[in-house]
Amino acid sequence: MPTAKPNSHHHNSGSSGLGLLSTALPLLLFIGLCYLWPEVIAGRVYQLQWPWIPSLDLYLRFRLDGLSLLFCLIVTGAGFFVSLYSSSYMAGHSHVGRYFAFLHAFMLSMLGIVTADNLLLLFVFWEGTTVFSYLLIGFDHEADTARDNARQALLITSAGGLALLIGILLLKVAGASFTISHWVGAGDQIRQHALYPAIFTAVFLGAMTKSAQFPFHFWLPNAMSAPTPVSAFLHAATMVKAGIYLLMRFHPLLGGTQLWMTTLVLVGGITALWGAVQALAPSDLKRVLAYTTMMALGILTMFLGGQTTPALTAATTFLLVHALYKASLFLAAGSIDHQTGTRLIDRLGGLWRAMPLTALAVAAASMSMAGFPLFFGFIGKEIMYKGALTETVYPGFATTIALLSNALMTGVAGTILIGVFFGRRPTALAAVREVPWTMRFGPSIMGGLTILFGIFPWWVSANLVQPAVLAFHPTREEIHLKLFHGFNTPLLLSFITLAMGGLIYWKRHHLRVWVGLLRQRLPVTSQHTYQFGLDLFMRTADSVTRTLQNGSLTTYLAVIVLCMAVAVGWPWVGSVKTALSVPAWDGPIVAVGLVLLILAATIVVLTAKRRLAAICGLGAVGAGVALIFLVFGAPDLALTQLMVETLTVIIVSLVLPRLPSLNREKKKPLPRRIMTAGLCAAVGFLVTSMLIGIGQSPLDRSLTAFYESNSYLAAHGRNIVNVILVDFRALDTLGEITVVVLAAWAGIALIRRPKERHPCNPSS
Amino acid sequence: MQSVILKTATRLMVGMILVFAVYLLLRGHHEPGGGFIAALVAGTGFALFAIAEGPGKVRRAVRVRPATIAFIGLSLAIIAGLPGVFASRPFLTGMWWNLGSKLSVGTPLIFDIGVFLAVLGAILAILLTLEES
Repeated sequence: MPTAKPNSHHHNSGSSGLGLLSTALPLLLFIGLCYLWPEVIAGRVYQLQWPWIPSLDLYLRFRLDGLSLLFCLIVTGAGFFVSLYSSSYMAGHSHVGRYFAFLHAFMLSMLGIVTADNLLLLFVFWEGTTVFSYLLIGFDHEADTARDNARQALLITSAGGLALLIGILLLKVAGASFTISHWVGAGDQIRQHALYPAIFTAVFLGAMTKSAQFPFHFWLPNAMSAPTPVSAFLHAATMVKAGIYLLMRFHPLLGGTQLWMTTLVLVGGITALWGAVQALAPSDLKRVLAYTTMMALGILTMFLGGQTTPALTAATTFLLVHALYKASLFLAAGSIDHQTGTRLIDRLGGLWRAMPLTALAVAAASMSMAGFPLFFGFIGKEIMYKGALTETVYPGFATTIALLSNALMTGVAGTILIGVFFGRRPTALAAVREVPWTMRFGPSIMGGLTILFGIFPWWVSANLVQPAVLAFHPTREEIHLKLFHGFNTPLLLSFITLAMGGLIYWKRHHLRVWVGLLRQRLPVTSQHTYQFGLDLFMRTADSVTRTLQNGSLTTYLAVIVLCMAVAVGWPWVGSVKTALSVPAWDGPIVAVGLVLLILAATIVVLTAKRRLAAICGLGAVGAGVALIFLVFGAPDLALTQLMVETLTVIIVSLVLPRLPSLNREKKKPLPRRIMTAGLCAAVGFLVTSMLIGIGQSPLDRSLTAFYESNSYLAAHGRNIVNVILVDFRALDTLGEITVVVLAAWAGIALIRRPKERHPCNPSS
Repeated sequence: MQSVILKTATRLMVGMILVFAVYLLLRGHHEPGGGFIAALVAGTGFALFAIAEGPGKVRRAVRVRPATIAFIGLSLAIIAGLPGVFASRPFLTGMWWNLGSKLSVGTPLIFDIGVFLAVLGAILAILLTLEES
């Protein structure tokens, strides 16, 4: 019996061979990218293209420029560390194979997003990340919370995906190409187009949901029910950055307008501050990290609202800064959880002696997060302030947000580092040991990189940041990251940040209580709105199902026939131009006899006292119709009809013993009978008038002529009906026989287990 | 149902009905017939057999489970679409091989046999399950 506790599988030693093997894929991809790296810096752009559905302008078209390269390096690098880490973390789990399959499928989708040069292709990969993140968040699928949170992430991000698709299609309408690299110079035309606000809104909704922007942010903290390496990969380094990537890619096309700048700066700013404030509240390490990720995503969005080189450089630099320290911190949080069995900061402390190497990695990462000099985070913060001061709209707002968020980050970084590794170690954690090397490797390397990049920022700016910025912001300005820019406003702001951060750390207990109270007092939260919407949807679906599918066959038939009468009758009545008249009879005399036979059989059906008689009557009606087909020269149709009628009578007669008796004596209430009669009469009248109308309109024989002339030449058959079925329209037939087989399968299931079925109750 | 007349007549007729079904299936490309009609005819034959002798005897006579027949049929129909793909044409394009001057055999025949088996399997599955329950 599987246990509901999500972390119970963690306490296994050793690593899985499959996991170690699976590190090969991201590692090889990373090495391959390193091989292409120098050429990309030199300005070369790699392209690949295969046709997929050219008629829809859908090509498998990939492109590697500076921006794609930066994202690819982050994705494959983090992918390698996370795979290596997971080989130990997930060892002994019963679904290790599934886990690595999802993880790598996700990684490839993510690489697809950042290298696709065709918008529809990008959308396909975008949805790929949505689906695989759903599977990964809900990986512990036996836990209710994991399933609920996975569904929440899926609903939010796929709704955004649909918005993105609408945006893509509107772009096409507005005259932009589906091929991203063909956009050069198209920006002005799109930005002045009447559809621009709609395009911007749709695309931005896609980015907002994926990158957890306020008010769609709440899925991200909830998605922490995923296994921790998944959070490190998806919710720190890759998936949540997909929206940021989208904004960067669309920046040359859609960016620079008042709408773009105002919306991005405001939404990003609110997200950043709200995320940073909420990061103070939880005790769960992963939730803390999730809120700081939200802050980072807000900051990125805010800076992408800018138009100047420093603002966009700040976004690109901070992207890398954040990926490094956050993935490292997430993995370390997983290690702590793995070794101690808890992620609550309140229950942790003094672990540096027990886990010295993990402590070092966390120290480097959180110093970078706090933005101390000589760490990469400091460089990121410097350029951030420089960017904020040059923002085109609301520079004051942007600077304030950046300052407050960064100060809060500093405080939170202190809480994480000092709260977990220093102070007194709780007695329960006396036996805690260091994790195996596979789980130290990633955090250590990434922690080390935050120091290296912090000391040699010029290398990062020349090899990573500048090629990426130039890919979406062609400029002649020099992009240069330096350790020391002289005594200026950004430096002053940096030190104010550190001072404020220290203050926040000092007052963290008070602040935590305040934030907790604030969150309780909020009248409306996104989470509640989501829950309300979901409940409303479920209730509506429930009541609709109860009304339409109440278990009575009569109601089902009435609904179907009524829908047909309305859907067909409405356009038909509107399209009748000339008066319909009953045509003169010119058919053979036999047909008259057959019609009389059918009429007689119908009367038998209606008046029969017993079911068997009624069914035989129905069979006779069918046989009569089949004979009419034969008289008018359609032997195929006649034979099929006859066989179907025969089989129907046989099958229905087999079902008969299970049915209650007809009970014609007990009449239904009069209004109901009038309604039924009215519906029958309406449909009968409708079908008759349509048949007369069809008979009066000229017959278009061009299709028949095509099949007559091509059937033997192209398809070697003289029986046109069959040639259409098995050759010209074989795909339709394939679909139909699939339906037949599935229907039979469902039928067997219904027949075999009537006792296990519950009464119709969709909500249970 | 126990009836000597029905049983005797069934023994004579079922064989003929099945042979007729195969005949309909094979001639379908030029004359009225085809996989769907043939399956209905064969289904009627088996239904008759099941009424006279009971569903157990039909299962023993058919040997293969009806669901298996249906899935073999579906697979055949899909396989019949592949030669077209291998010849760089759309899926399910009819491909023909000439065997002598008068006779040519093509993927549509395989497809039609697939239709026949799929529909027959579905009918048998429903029919026999209903009779047994």
